[in-house]
Amino acid sequence: MQNAKYKIVQPPEGYSAPGFFATSLDRVIGLARENSIWPLPFATSCCGVEFMALMGATYDLARFGAERLSFSPRQADLLMVMGTIAKKMSPVVLQVYTQMAEPRWVLAMGACASSGGIFDTYSVLQGIDRIVPVDVYVPGCPPRPEQVIQGFMKIQELVENEPLRRRYSPEYKELLESYGIK
Amino acid sequence: MEQGKIKMTGFLEDKMAESPNITTQPNDLDKLYTTLNLGPTHPATHGIFQNILTLDGERVIHAEQTIGYIHRAFEKIAERRPYYQITPLTDRMNYCSSPINNIGWQMTVEKLLGVKTSKRIDYMRIIIMELARITDHFLCTSVIGVDSGAFTPFLWVMQEREKVYEIYEEICGARLTTNLGRIGGFERDFTPAVYPKIRGFLDRMPKLMKEFEKLFMRNRIFMDRTINVGAISAERALSYGFTGPNLRAAGVDYDVRVTSPYSSYDDFNFLVPVGTNGDTYDRFCVRVEEIHQSLNLIRNAFDNLPAGKYYMDVPEFYLPPKQEVYSKMEALIWHFKIVMGEIGVPVGEVYHSVEGGNGELGFYLVSDGGRSPYRLHFRRPCFLYYQAYPELIRGGVLSDAILTLSSLNVIAGELDA
Amino acid sequence: MINQEIIESLQIHFDKKIFVVDESSDMLTVTVSREVIHEVIQFLRDDQFLHYHFLTTLCGMHYPANDLPLGLVYHLHNFTQNRRIRIKTFLPLDNPSVKTMTDLFLTADWMERETYDFFGILFEGHPNLKRILNMEELDYFPMRKEYPLEDGTRKDKDDRFFGR
Repeated sequence: MQNAKYKIVQPPEGYSAPGFFATSLDRVIGLARENSIWPLPFATSCCGVEFMALMGATYDLARFGAERLSFSPRQADLLMVMGTIAKKMSPVVLQVYTQMAEPRWVLAMGACASSGGIFDTYSVLQGIDRIVPVDVYVPGCPPRPEQVIQGFMKIQELVENEPLRRRYSPEYKELLESYGIK
Repeated sequence: MEQGKIKMTGFLEDKMAESPNITTQPNDLDKLYTTLNLGPTHPATHGIFQNILTLDGERVIHAEQTIGYIHRAFEKIAERRPYYQITPLTDRMNYCSSPINNIGWQMTVEKLLGVKTSKRIDYMRIIIMELARITDHFLCTSVIGVDSGAFTPFLWVMQEREKVYEIYEEICGARLTTNLGRIGGFERDFTPAVYPKIRGFLDRMPKLMKEFEKLFMRNRIFMDRTINVGAISAERALSYGFTGPNLRAAGVDYDVRVTSPYSSYDDFNFLVPVGTNGDTYDRFCVRVEEIHQSLNLIRNAFDNLPAGKYYMDVPEFYLPPKQEVYSKMEALIWHFKIVMGEIGVPVGEVYHSVEGGNGELGFYLVSDGGRSPYRLHFRRPCFLYYQAYPELIRGGVLSDAILTLSSLNVIAGELDA
Repeated sequence: MINQEIIESLQIHFDKKIFVVDESSDMLTVTVSREVIHEVIQFLRDDQFLHYHFLTTLCGMHYPANDLPLGLVYHLHNFTQNRRIRIKTFLPLDNPSVKTMTDLFLTADWMERETYDFFGILFEGHPNLKRILNMEELDYFPMRKEYPLEDGTRKDKDDRFFGR
């Protein structure tokens, strides 16, 4: 069924015979989830404009499954924080993060979201990992769209390989407690 | 209430009687206002600022604004940095047209030092600034389209922005936050690859503009949504400190490029489009016409680009070429002094303004002779005209409020600085 | 010289002694005392010949070494004749209050809030003087020279790498 002209997603390892294909459940769910991630573009500043370029036709993020941007956290999988987060804004980021349903991932795009960037000032939060747990950091000021795509593909790797019960494990609960997130 | 009986009249009063903790005044229930939080993160506010709207049904009664969600203390940072390191800061103010901010800052320092730039540098600056202005206006107009439901032109615009990013990459190496130019000129001349790119851009744009205008200008739905929406009179606009396309849409033909020409803008003839009502449709049309004028400016400057050096003689700020640093003594000393920050400027203060994408972008620089400014104040046009937003939307419906916001072109980086 | 006429016109209407005129920078700079600044700016706006009808910007300054440390700078602009003027006034630290310009220019509303936020200059008669860019809980005025740029509560920065 593999058409040589188009590259499609590879099926996971499993046992296949005429009429059925047996694999483990978390592989299948991982495969489905990684190719249909709905991001929440939390765009604050210049990185947001690079994100607009990313969603455009040249660097099309939609071909990775992120066609539907969800501005509502209830329906989003991936929180992409793009741009500087000031201390005034941090309760808003935290609230948006807590409103997202599990499983959720966070991508910090740009130097400002990763670590405060060039703004080492009294009013800028020095990295969003002070308030939410972050999965992937994409440095750059602003990062080129190709870099963001690489970050997105790393998120896809994380999503693909995530065990089903990870969000209920004691390590994850400990991680959330260390941030004070219920 | 008895079981099985439902009285339709007096229902609410009975409910109130049941729970005496709620007290209402006699006519309270006739007028109920809704409070709606058009919060910091919202798909339609392109940038993070908060508006708490008080609505009567769908009409906006009052709006309370909160900004500062991206306050990065630029003015305080600028007191710490040497003059040439402030250029990347100015990038991030109006990040849709960052070369204008950069060049404006460099011109301010050149004004303080008393440096006059050559024609070639001026024309190169004009080309770059007008390219930035085109991208800014193009983005703003397509975003007005997105907010009124017309999503397609936004994607066309992003494609053209990619082409302009390619031109920026050839000139300075970066796409969006360009950090372009030096005090005294440019760091490198236009490479041979820049000329066909600019020529190609100039050849493609008229056709794209024609398609763009065909979608919007005489479109019945768009006109119904934008005419008489968010209107402001010229006197109120002047009192509110409006400048740029928003003021020109209200009828005042103030353009910094014409009033106090800088960088040889007075060598060129260009029109300043002016609207009549100051509503959203006029702001849209003024921006579209300014794109045409900018294209003409670029074409004229490009065709008449004189030959010459691409940097002026400002040894205290302009890094000497590497060959000279390795062979000549003064160049080595200047290189050391500039990089280690042992240079000074004349004591004094200067105010210089350029016509940014949103209006008069001003830089008020007070220097005490040291390596960094004593005080640097940015006159940010977005900050000033956003104050008028509650007045613009009063009496309109919620969807008009969204369109007015996107037609004002409020950019969060410039709002908060 | 046009500047001379402006200065004379000002001095006719106001007492000669309260002005310090400086023409060394790029535009005419006039320093007045804070009691009369509102009348001066109103006169500059309403006069037929001067007609500085546009307030370009206003900002604060802090010179800790002076006896009047806090400063306030107004830039006014006349579009039709393309003239700019800069008005400065200086305030003491213990009572840094000056009359608001919101009745003359609507744009002064947020500009004065920003100046209050950064320097602590109080504007009498301002409709809504509270912090605009910083958080409301901030208890100091950050742009004054005695406060540092960086966040004082950070514990993870190693000062050795920052030259301190």
